[in-house]
Amino acid sequence: MAVNLVTEYKEHAQSSTWCPGCGDFAVVAAMQKALAALELPPHQVVAVTGIGCSGKFNYYLGANGFNSLHGRSLPVAQAIKIANRDLTVIAAGGDGDGYGIGIGHFLHAVRRNVDITYVVMDNHIYGLTTGQTSPTSKKGFVTKTTPYGAAEYPIRPLELALAGGAGFVAQGFSGDPKQLAEIMKQAVQHKGFSLINVYSPCVTFNHEETYEWWRQNLVNLDEEQGYDPTDRTAAFRYVYEHNGLLRGVIFREERRDYQSELPGYAAEALVRQDLSQPVKDRAELLAAFM
Amino acid sequence: MTNADFNWKVGGAQGEGIDSTGEIFALTLHRMGYYVYTYRHFMSLIKGGHTNYKVRISPVQRRHRGDGLDLLVAFDQGSIDFSLPEMSPGSAIIYDSTSFEARIPEGRNITLIPIPLTQMARDLGMVIMKNMVAIGASAALVGLPQDAFEGYLEERFGKKGDAVVETNRKVLAAGYNYALEHTDWRKPLPGLPEASKGKKRLFMHGNDAVALGAVVAGCRVVAAYPITPATEILYSVLKLLPKYGGVVLQAEDEIAACQMAIGANYAGVRAMTSTSGPGLSLMSESLGLSGASETPLVIVDVMRAGPSTGMPTKTEQADAFHAIYSAHGEIQRIVLAPSTVEDAFYDMQRAFNLADKYQVPVIVLVDLVLGLSKQTVDLEDIDFERIAIDRGKLLTTKDEVDAVVARLGHYKRYELTEDGISARALPGLEDAVHMVLSYEHDEEGNEMEERGMRVKQTRKRFNKMRSLNMDEWALRRTGPQNPDLLLVGWGSTEGQLEEAREQLTAGGLKVAHLQVGALYPLPAAAIRKEIEAAGKVLVFENNYEGQLLELIKQKVGHYDKVQASLKFDGDPFYVSEVVAMVKEVA
Repeated sequence: MAVNLVTEYKEHAQSSTWCPGCGDFAVVAAMQKALAALELPPHQVVAVTGIGCSGKFNYYLGANGFNSLHGRSLPVAQAIKIANRDLTVIAAGGDGDGYGIGIGHFLHAVRRNVDITYVVMDNHIYGLTTGQTSPTSKKGFVTKTTPYGAAEYPIRPLELALAGGAGFVAQGFSGDPKQLAEIMKQAVQHKGFSLINVYSPCVTFNHEETYEWWRQNLVNLDEEQGYDPTDRTAAFRYVYEHNGLLRGVIFREERRDYQSELPGYAAEALVRQDLSQPVKDRAELLAAFM
Repeated sequence: MTNADFNWKVGGAQGEGIDSTGEIFALTLHRMGYYVYTYRHFMSLIKGGHTNYKVRISPVQRRHRGDGLDLLVAFDQGSIDFSLPEMSPGSAIIYDSTSFEARIPEGRNITLIPIPLTQMARDLGMVIMKNMVAIGASAALVGLPQDAFEGYLEERFGKKGDAVVETNRKVLAAGYNYALEHTDWRKPLPGLPEASKGKKRLFMHGNDAVALGAVVAGCRVVAAYPITPATEILYSVLKLLPKYGGVVLQAEDEIAACQMAIGANYAGVRAMTSTSGPGLSLMSESLGLSGASETPLVIVDVMRAGPSTGMPTKTEQADAFHAIYSAHGEIQRIVLAPSTVEDAFYDMQRAFNLADKYQVPVIVLVDLVLGLSKQTVDLEDIDFERIAIDRGKLLTTKDEVDAVVARLGHYKRYELTEDGISARALPGLEDAVHMVLSYEHDEEGNEMEERGMRVKQTRKRFNKMRSLNMDEWALRRTGPQNPDLLLVGWGSTEGQLEEAREQLTAGGLKVAHLQVGALYPLPAAAIRKEIEAAGKVLVFENNYEGQLLELIKQKVGHYDKVQASLKFDGDPFYVSEVVAMVKEVA
């Protein structure tokens, strides 16, 4: 079943324009594997993207896709889930799309807690516009727009998500697609908003943070004895102390998602509800205006 | 006819309960069987600053605030100074003699009625009840029975216990009796036809009608960011939507709100966002997305005075160009402009149907006066039988998808069709996995830059609008054929233009009135016919540029015949202003 489903995803996928060796290939492959393992066929999945190299995620995933504007994947993705809760909704973006132009939507999606999964392919550089500094570029990073080194401090997405009250925060690495697929499986199953920040190397424009560099610097939480991903304060401290250089599930907490909190929100997907009912309720509806 | 109406107003400082006082008065008279039309003057602040609430009371339906003022309740001198220009000869001012001594210019035929409103309220209950004293006094002087407000007191204060109702009753009675004893000034309300007495009608504003119209039209997601003067739409949908499982979502900003509306529409749920000009500015990119991806979208823009932050609580009709032209590149769209509460109700159905049918953004322009002026509307004029939901080419079942697959081999979201409209499959259907995108694309939804397909997809997006004909429904016309003068307007100006036409006609002019209900596409052929048959054409608008006039010049022509009469000070037209502007040219 699972293997056949991966094939089905691949059949729907468009041919790729990412650079050979791009970390994003592993992200798409891991997602196909995770969705297949959860027995979710492509037609039940919608992937929403913004703009950038990451914006091609849904073209290559092979599920339904909505490619919105730069930074705007999350508002679209949340509304799709609200409209049809039976769909599995994945939003995907890059560090520019998600933590630059889209940072406002990110923080509000975290606290709104709609049941979607957000994958950020974080390579610390703008790729599609050919090599400018990004919100996650380290201080002093030399790019085309920061020839003397970036003056700003980088965004810390994991701490932001934890502070914002996220119920599922994880970090993956394109160099370990197996772990990444496992994280994705858990994220999709998590009821509520889940963030997976993925260190996904840009082989063309970032020659400092390479696969090898990440491999040497990332601490794998799966191998950390005694790490408790249900303790938010401990998670925050761990991320801070390791300067974000972790991979694995960092924090998880069960809580009611946005839709469960809404008054009158029916179990049946909104999209399938009978639109003619208000016409029958004329007297009652008009009574509100007398 | 104007003499048959009665205009009442209460004015004071913001935060003194002026709005609720006005609404108590209006709603009570509305329920008695009068047609009321209310107009709020307020500012973008919470405490201080002048505010007033005017109620026009008439045995017949009126669609604007009226030129004159018969009775003013003033809590400060500023309220008197502000409303003096409106005061009719023989009118009166009840003022709060506890707090000030009223002054009016010499020679004005206005009766000053000092009543210690604050003192009486303090003695009998609480200072805030000075409004109730004023209502009691007003009721006495216009010939209402003392118990006229009884029903409202029960409804409003019943939950707080009998004691609260009783105190309010006492305070109101005190005001009533004090007025009868201390002044001879009386002006009775116009008579009420027997058939109207106690008749059930609606009391709502354009924003209410937008909300009701949307819900009845099948809208189930409203995502918006609070903004004056559109926020009332959120309040109204909140009253109506949860019953149907619908979601009212306060987004983090207007960008998100509009993107959410697009997302929900893509997933198959009718969705909208409501905003004002500043919000529409932030939605420009989303207009482009809706157009390029061919995803339905409905935006309601309750227009306030710009530019930029402008005058948030004042009316204007200056977003026509913005609605028609904003967003980079070239997309198609539809812009509707309701003139009345009833229009706003039906236009929401029209907006959702058109958005679904043509897979384009539809913008509904409501001006502030229409959006916020609560008024009496006949029950039969909000006719649910006229509601017909048309989702256009929407594939909602596997069978419908199978039929497409049988015809094409596989589902194509952007199929090049005869009418330019491609079937939209709901995400979630088997054998219809597809991409929807902001990039230029081929029929399958593959991003591409191939020149031939680019041209075809562009033509398709424009050609699909060819079957749309606004000429048949978008104009409302009154008056004789071949008029010497044609008054043209859009939005809430209809009431003033119609009354001006009646006055001018009575004065011997051959005048007709044309109200335009859609700005894009402009019903150009129908407008051309009207202009050709008229002598002179005057376009009345609340803006500086004459935006409808410019559209008419562009799409209809007849530059020599048409000219604009404009008011852009944030205040709606008075009938007398319209008449004076006509006389300048006629």
